[in-house]
Amino acid sequence: MTEPTGLKSWITTVDHKRIGKLYFWTAFCFFLVGGIEALLIRSQLAQPNGHIVDARTYNELFTMHGTTMIFLALMPLSVAFFNFIVPLQIGARDVAFPRLNAFSYWVFLLGGIFMNVSWFVGPLFHAGRLSVAPNGGWFGYANLTERQYSIGPNIDFWLLGLQILGVSSLAGGFNFVITILNLRAPGMKMMRLPVFTWMTLVTSFLLITAFPVITVALAFLMFDRFFGTNFYQLSAGGDPVLWQHLFWIFGHPEVYILILPAMGVVSEVLPTFSRKPLFGYTVVVYSGILIAFMGWGVWSHHMFSVGLGPIADAVFSSTTMLIAIPTGVKIFNWIATLWGGQIRFDTPLLFAVGFIAMFIIGGLSGVTHASPPADLQQTDTYYVVAHIHYVLFGGTVLGLFAGMYYWWPKMTGRLLSETLGKIHFWGMLIGMNIAFFPMHFIGLLGMPRRVYTYSPDLGVSTMNLVSTIGAFLIAVSMLVFIWNVIRTRTKGKIAGDNPWQGATLEWATSSPPAVYNFAQIPTVHSRLPLWNEPESVAQKAPSGHIHVPDGSWWPLVSAAGLPLLATSLISGQLWLAFVAAAVLLVGIFKWGFEPFEV
Amino acid sequence: MHLAVVDCEPTACYLLGAFSRPTRTIASVHRHYRLIQRWIPGLLLLAVVALGACAGPFPQTTLHPKSDLGFAIDHLFTGIFGWAVGVFVVVEGLLVYALFRFRAKPGAAAPHPTHGHTALEIAWTLAPVLILVMVAVPTIRTIFATQAPAPAGSLKIEVIGHQWWWEYRYPDQGVVTANELHLPVGRTIALDLTSNDVIHSFWIPAIAAKRDVVPGHVNHIVFKADTVGEYMGQCAEFCGDSHANMRLRAFVETDSAFNAWVANQKQPPVEPQPNTLQATGKNAFAHGACIACHTIQGVSAGMIGPNLTHLASRTTIAGATYPDDSLDLALWVNHAPQRKPGSVMMDMNLQPADLQAIVAYLMSLK
Repeated sequence: MTEPTGLKSWITTVDHKRIGKLYFWTAFCFFLVGGIEALLIRSQLAQPNGHIVDARTYNELFTMHGTTMIFLALMPLSVAFFNFIVPLQIGARDVAFPRLNAFSYWVFLLGGIFMNVSWFVGPLFHAGRLSVAPNGGWFGYANLTERQYSIGPNIDFWLLGLQILGVSSLAGGFNFVITILNLRAPGMKMMRLPVFTWMTLVTSFLLITAFPVITVALAFLMFDRFFGTNFYQLSAGGDPVLWQHLFWIFGHPEVYILILPAMGVVSEVLPTFSRKPLFGYTVVVYSGILIAFMGWGVWSHHMFSVGLGPIADAVFSSTTMLIAIPTGVKIFNWIATLWGGQIRFDTPLLFAVGFIAMFIIGGLSGVTHASPPADLQQTDTYYVVAHIHYVLFGGTVLGLFAGMYYWWPKMTGRLLSETLGKIHFWGMLIGMNIAFFPMHFIGLLGMPRRVYTYSPDLGVSTMNLVSTIGAFLIAVSMLVFIWNVIRTRTKGKIAGDNPWQGATLEWATSSPPAVYNFAQIPTVHSRLPLWNEPESVAQKAPSGHIHVPDGSWWPLVSAAGLPLLATSLISGQLWLAFVAAAVLLVGIFKWGFEPFEV
Repeated sequence: MHLAVVDCEPTACYLLGAFSRPTRTIASVHRHYRLIQRWIPGLLLLAVVALGACAGPFPQTTLHPKSDLGFAIDHLFTGIFGWAVGVFVVVEGLLVYALFRFRAKPGAAAPHPTHGHTALEIAWTLAPVLILVMVAVPTIRTIFATQAPAPAGSLKIEVIGHQWWWEYRYPDQGVVTANELHLPVGRTIALDLTSNDVIHSFWIPAIAAKRDVVPGHVNHIVFKADTVGEYMGQCAEFCGDSHANMRLRAFVETDSAFNAWVANQKQPPVEPQPNTLQATGKNAFAHGACIACHTIQGVSAGMIGPNLTHLASRTTIAGATYPDDSLDLALWVNHAPQRKPGSVMMDMNLQPADLQAIVAYLMSLK
């Protein structure tokens, strides 16, 4: 059975591994875009009264930096691993709905492009400047984002883009819940699932429960902006604070959508490189589930300065502090996993340990603003910028890089260079500390976030310069990674099936795996099959024809309907709405009646 | 001009010392790894540079409170920070120790495959519970203490957020002013905050922790400033193009100085002598576009921009972003959108003679 090649085979692919790679490279490109935005932000702030960009551009940059990193880089990078790794870890041939999976990807790609096109289409809207990129912050607080205060199409690109991306997240979430619950290999009981798969399941549940909330919030805003309703308009009895509640009811689970997959990666990497099973597997799994549940009861800690009153502040403060407990438990179990092991300091382990070390800092600063009175000094300052970057960069990004180095050989068949990997790791770790640690002080010394300029009187100019130097060091370390990737394509060491001596099922396949993943679906009898029962999961010759689904154009066609629909709204062209609806419906119809076997 | 000059906060400098801790200690595991050795001097150098930056002054610091509210918060934060540092040292210490102690040794036997330990799990669940109780109890006490209603006899001030400046009304004194708040020392102040347009957040770090300024809502900050001085603050909630230029000042004054300020603010505006530049300026103001937006008591009644009746008694203009001098005022009148991006005030395009006269008039409004 040979794999088809060529452009068409990629565009029509429904193979989870190819879709995983498409997710990966697309998200990685958006990660670089978000990084360039960050460098422009840091260049502007390198000195007081900076003039690299103007106020409007700066506001667009920080809005798109946050939006891009969260929705177009970190989430889809996690999803890339969901796609590539989860079916392999559970011993499946693909996800439950391969074409829906392709649809998720195309919607993500087109939604991301739709949002970023706003950088270049100002003249079409007579904006008097090239860019009409979103400029209301990634949190898009109403009523600033209402038409009255944001006249141009900037916010429209943001809210319609997020609506499109929400469809992708929902489809992906359903797909992985059903895949993990239904397609497990014989003997792969729930409590034998690798922790990464567990965290994928938990994250997928969060996706399908959290995204409807922001969908409602965005629909209200869309109605306000386009059709003159008054959900967030004070003048007609609406309330801008409603937006904040809805946004953060989504927004806090979203934080766990971003961090739980990385925690899953770390829980895979640590056992492999310390040659010990994960300490307290059950506790780690349950604390992941608990974090996800508790994540629903803490949203108002983003709103301690809004004035909800002392009772609400006290309750949300307490629930927020409670989350620190399962999080702390995870950290202790990770350290206990290392304890007594034979730790090999390969690059995946370095990144995983970097994750733990940095996440502790982010978690502890998080506890300081779980206290509402203290938060009144910290919120909306650089102190919080420091906190989220220790959590999302020190946490999620380092965790995802651990996953990249760990699974790269499985995905490509070649090992990334260890030397370059270590240079990358230390550059990134040191760079992020230089970039983000001074921000704690910059914030406590009184610099608010989201300001395009600041006065030299504040006394934080030097620290801002240091922070900017750190940001560029991170950028240099990224160049090392990119060079490593390019070099590995031709010069990388051939990996073999299980270069790290991992214990989970993905290491039982070839690297890269055949299109059908497993010639015969293995039967597992333990949590760590490759350590405990290598014979029973060893690869066997295929027994007869293996069915894998054929490619399909219709996921792409259906997906194309969504940005067209958004374009019709933003351009006010009614005919385009009919075309878009037709594309969407034809795509879904043809998809529905496409035969399984050709 | 006197700015509250503040030395470096000791805890902050202590933390700066910990700047390189995680990287350095992980590095020590890899002592033989040469690259790291090259990084350490650079890191230390940066730490020194950062420490140098500790020299201050930091007029907007949260770490040197000058009010009862600020002190209560700082006290709470210092306690939580202490716990955080303790946990940091213990947990990072365990991590680094484990990395160092259990690094792979060639030829060593496979490690014992421990799967867990129930007593340990219970222990490290209870330990954070206890610490969090130590954090939660003072937190909740402080929440209720700092959000208590203002006592009778407090000085009431209405703060109204505008894109991008602050309006202050002293209802009991009959004073309306902008951007610069005058407060008597030692008297409880009750700020009632609301917004005329979008959500802002009022923040004077040393004396008044931030509170959002939400249209349709009235929020409160109650505090008592305890040290005479000038304090800087600014809007902390992103509110559009010139969010960065929505700054403010607070002057905490002795009772007599405050009363003198109130008495002056209650005066009608200074009337220019006939046939002076100021008189020409008043005439130009009264017959120009200015009156559409600005009030000068007895001259105009515009409500969109700041009240200018006593503009020259203020030290800053344009959301406390520029000093209140003739040059900056002239630049502002003729180039407001460049000076403050997104400004509602347009480029007034005045002829030099008119501009000079209007600026002279405005600068006379002590």
